[in-house]
Amino acid sequence: MNTLAANSKETIESKGQKINEFSIHVATVNGSGSQSSNTVLMRSIFQMGIPVSGKNLFPSNIMGLPTWFTIRVNKNGYVARTEHVDILVAMNPQTAVEDVKSLPKGAVCVSPVELNLDKVRQDVIHYLVPFSQLAVEATENIKLRKLLTNIIYVGVVAHILDIDQVEIDKAIAQQFEGKEKAIALNVGAAMAGRKWAQENITKQDPFKVERLDKTKGKIIIDGNGAAALGCLFAGISVVTWYPITPSSSLCEQLIDYLEQYRKDKKTGKATFAVVQAEDELAAVGMALGAGWAGARSMTSTSGPGISLMSEFAGFGYFTEIPTVIFDVQRVGPSTGLPTRTSQADLMSTYLLSHGDTKHPILLPGSVSECFDLAVEAFNLAERLQQPVFVLTDLDLGMNNWMSDPFTYPTTPMDRGKVLSKEDLEKLGGFSRYKDVDGDGIPYRTIPGTEHPKAAYFTRGSGHNEDALYSERSADYVNLMDRLNKKTETARKIMPKPVVDKVQGAKIGIIAYGSSDFAVVESRDQLNDAKTQTSYLRLRALPISKDVVEFVQSHDRVYVVEQNRDAQLQKLIIMDYPELAGKLVAVTHYTGMPIDAQFITDSILKKEQEKK
Amino acid sequence: MVTADTTPASPAPKAPQTNKLGLTLADYKGSPSTLCDGCGHDAITSQLIKAFWELNIEPHQVAKLSGIGCSSKTPAYFLSRSHGFNSVHGRMPSVATGAFLANQKLIYVGVSGDGDTASIGLGQFCHMIRRNIPIVYVCEDNGVYGLTKGQFSATADQGSKLKDGTANHLNAIDLCGLAIELGCSFVGRSFAGDPRQLVALLKAAISHRGTAILDVISPCVTFNNHEGSSKSYKKVKETDTPLHELGYVPFYEQISVDYEEGEVRTVELHDGSHLQLKKLGQDYDPTDRLAAESAIYQSHKDGHLLTGLLYINEDNQNFGQVLDMVDTPLSRLKTDDLRPPKEALDEIMATLM
Repeated sequence: MNTLAANSKETIESKGQKINEFSIHVATVNGSGSQSSNTVLMRSIFQMGIPVSGKNLFPSNIMGLPTWFTIRVNKNGYVARTEHVDILVAMNPQTAVEDVKSLPKGAVCVSPVELNLDKVRQDVIHYLVPFSQLAVEATENIKLRKLLTNIIYVGVVAHILDIDQVEIDKAIAQQFEGKEKAIALNVGAAMAGRKWAQENITKQDPFKVERLDKTKGKIIIDGNGAAALGCLFAGISVVTWYPITPSSSLCEQLIDYLEQYRKDKKTGKATFAVVQAEDELAAVGMALGAGWAGARSMTSTSGPGISLMSEFAGFGYFTEIPTVIFDVQRVGPSTGLPTRTSQADLMSTYLLSHGDTKHPILLPGSVSECFDLAVEAFNLAERLQQPVFVLTDLDLGMNNWMSDPFTYPTTPMDRGKVLSKEDLEKLGGFSRYKDVDGDGIPYRTIPGTEHPKAAYFTRGSGHNEDALYSERSADYVNLMDRLNKKTETARKIMPKPVVDKVQGAKIGIIAYGSSDFAVVESRDQLNDAKTQTSYLRLRALPISKDVVEFVQSHDRVYVVEQNRDAQLQKLIIMDYPELAGKLVAVTHYTGMPIDAQFITDSILKKEQEKK
Repeated sequence: MVTADTTPASPAPKAPQTNKLGLTLADYKGSPSTLCDGCGHDAITSQLIKAFWELNIEPHQVAKLSGIGCSSKTPAYFLSRSHGFNSVHGRMPSVATGAFLANQKLIYVGVSGDGDTASIGLGQFCHMIRRNIPIVYVCEDNGVYGLTKGQFSATADQGSKLKDGTANHLNAIDLCGLAIELGCSFVGRSFAGDPRQLVALLKAAISHRGTAILDVISPCVTFNNHEGSSKSYKKVKETDTPLHELGYVPFYEQISVDYEEGEVRTVELHDGSHLQLKKLGQDYDPTDRLAAESAIYQSHKDGHLLTGLLYINEDNQNFGQVLDMVDTPLSRLKTDDLRPPKEALDEIMATLM
């Protein structure tokens, strides 16, 4: 085992301890079963009351390509990605040399002894572990040895960091819930790793966990799971989808929940319908058909699916049919980087379709908002009678995040302006596309309504207030202006931005979605650098008028987003051109989740340039 | 003025005939057609109106859907008291599927054309059949794109010519053959110029609870009714080869038994109605899938247009049965059925801690 190189300029403290503040980077091969071990490692730290976040950086592949899992332990509760790696578990021979080369001096490297990584870098702390031998000792089953190697490194790391064995045991029990054999095998293997480490490792690094009480009562969930729960408690009844990374797990988790919680108690029959469609064209067509016929419907997809849904999205806008479309964004254009994260669908989704079109979009910034805004999306879709999009991204959707437990919806389901048989008896009839209330939102009827005047004709071609075919210019202009009025209604009723206005701050930050995790941390870094900031986190499009006041009350506002073209900045300027001069873009588009240091450095550099 | 106790000297103006619901045929009509005079599609529209009226179906229990094209305009021309949905090109099946999931009690009628079904819509057509979505799916088939002025469609027969003499060199897609291959539970072919056969097939399709495909040859008078076209009125009349004479007997009427034994086959439909198939020439068993495929194949070789009930299978589960949904339409469920209680959320939260 090597020690720290003498006279090295350490970037990691070697004196004293680093408690509850470090990040672990586990390099493995995908398909090797490391995901569950990494979850156990993360969960055990969480159970000790220490804020933690985990990210799976995986390839678009099923087996055999490099994958990394990062766990950030942070006593202050920062959960964004960090570029910094303190502890590397180098299990992948393909990438091990590169991985160890990229470590800062003084970092820890846990690796299989046969990789000889201590020859590559002498300025990091090496713990060389005979994993193969330990796996042989752990099981006679050759097939299981590879899998168990993963939990053995958990045991080794648990010893190094001083993670309680009871917490490892508990996390394993939760991970393999109900599978007693697997639990026993994994607990045994983790213990074997720990035992070897106890007997053979002399701790030379400063990293350590100590119990805190900062995670009590909190949950860990991924954004897709949270959104699925939102759909469940929104009262979804028709789910039509087509598999695509990184969105699939949203519908897959939703299906599990529906099977469990939405069967009629007496008959055991389903109060829902799920269809795995033949493609995204059909998935959105079914969702619209169901929305038209009066059900709460949804589909979920990612960028390529959004592109395919474009024509039907315009149809839904023009014919005024409610449905909810989730877009868990990945890197485009085209196939792009299918397993990397992005916020680059914002502008194209807002304007999705040919012709003048604008769609309401919700932008959850946390897992709890994935839940709350999913519930809200269905109310808004039925209130506004149009497709409502919910944009998350791979980082928020597929990674695990800590959160307070979700709150049960307190408001009743808003089914919007629907006329019943009784209403029609009183009214004697209705005009499907007439703005009766002055909010741009007309009244509709549901197919099957028992009244001779209930029927109307839905068509993607030009139509007048009575839903009759029309090519008259006046009818078209009337329709388009009313739809625009509806957008203004949406601007008022969509969730407001979350604003933190700091007295005396001259600069502001606007961000949305998963960038929030990094912005929160960056603002503290900026504060330390004597740069006070206010912060507006946008939660919906069309853009609330609150943005105007926020921007006008600061000298400069940095619009932080994870795309190349500063799409939100452009959308703000589209609606409020008077703000153009004050907006400065901070764009991050590497495919990796944005990190705080990037934002801090970008803003400080640009501030310097202004001076 | 006619009173109850007097007999008029001259006959009073005849009140329009009503069905069992007290509705007239006019109550089942739609807006006036804007298609070309003599268009086969209008003849099909008339038979749709007649079928629903004669079957005494409440118009509000019907939803009519279509894609894009001349044929897809027609839902505006019938059943004005039914909800209608003119969707995007080739994707009416997905909309119908979604609507069916929301309300499986309604009767769905889809009208499409050969351009809408056999090209852009072929994928959705296949998957609708695969799921056995209960719908009467009428393809008004004329072998050309009418609304874009007369280009060949994928059902144009090999060798058939456009007005300017351009010949089609590609094989035609036979929608009936394809539907049978995909396991469709009801497949028929008819001709817009044979109202008796068509209305019987339409009624049987309405009584069926699964995907019913009706490929109805419907000549385009403007772009495909010339010499050299295989789908002109004249040519279709020459090649039309009915498999049988069809008679539809609704569930509330007795089946007549005035046929000689062996002369008629009777198929019982889902709602208890019957379709009587009177033999014409060769005996034909529409429940024999292989025989149906073979008959279609042979008809292509012989240059015949085989019409009638080609195939039926009343045992297939439809998609609603596969999904095992509650009887109440999902669209009518209330909050108590839709939103699980707070305890459910608490239980889930506990598992995530």
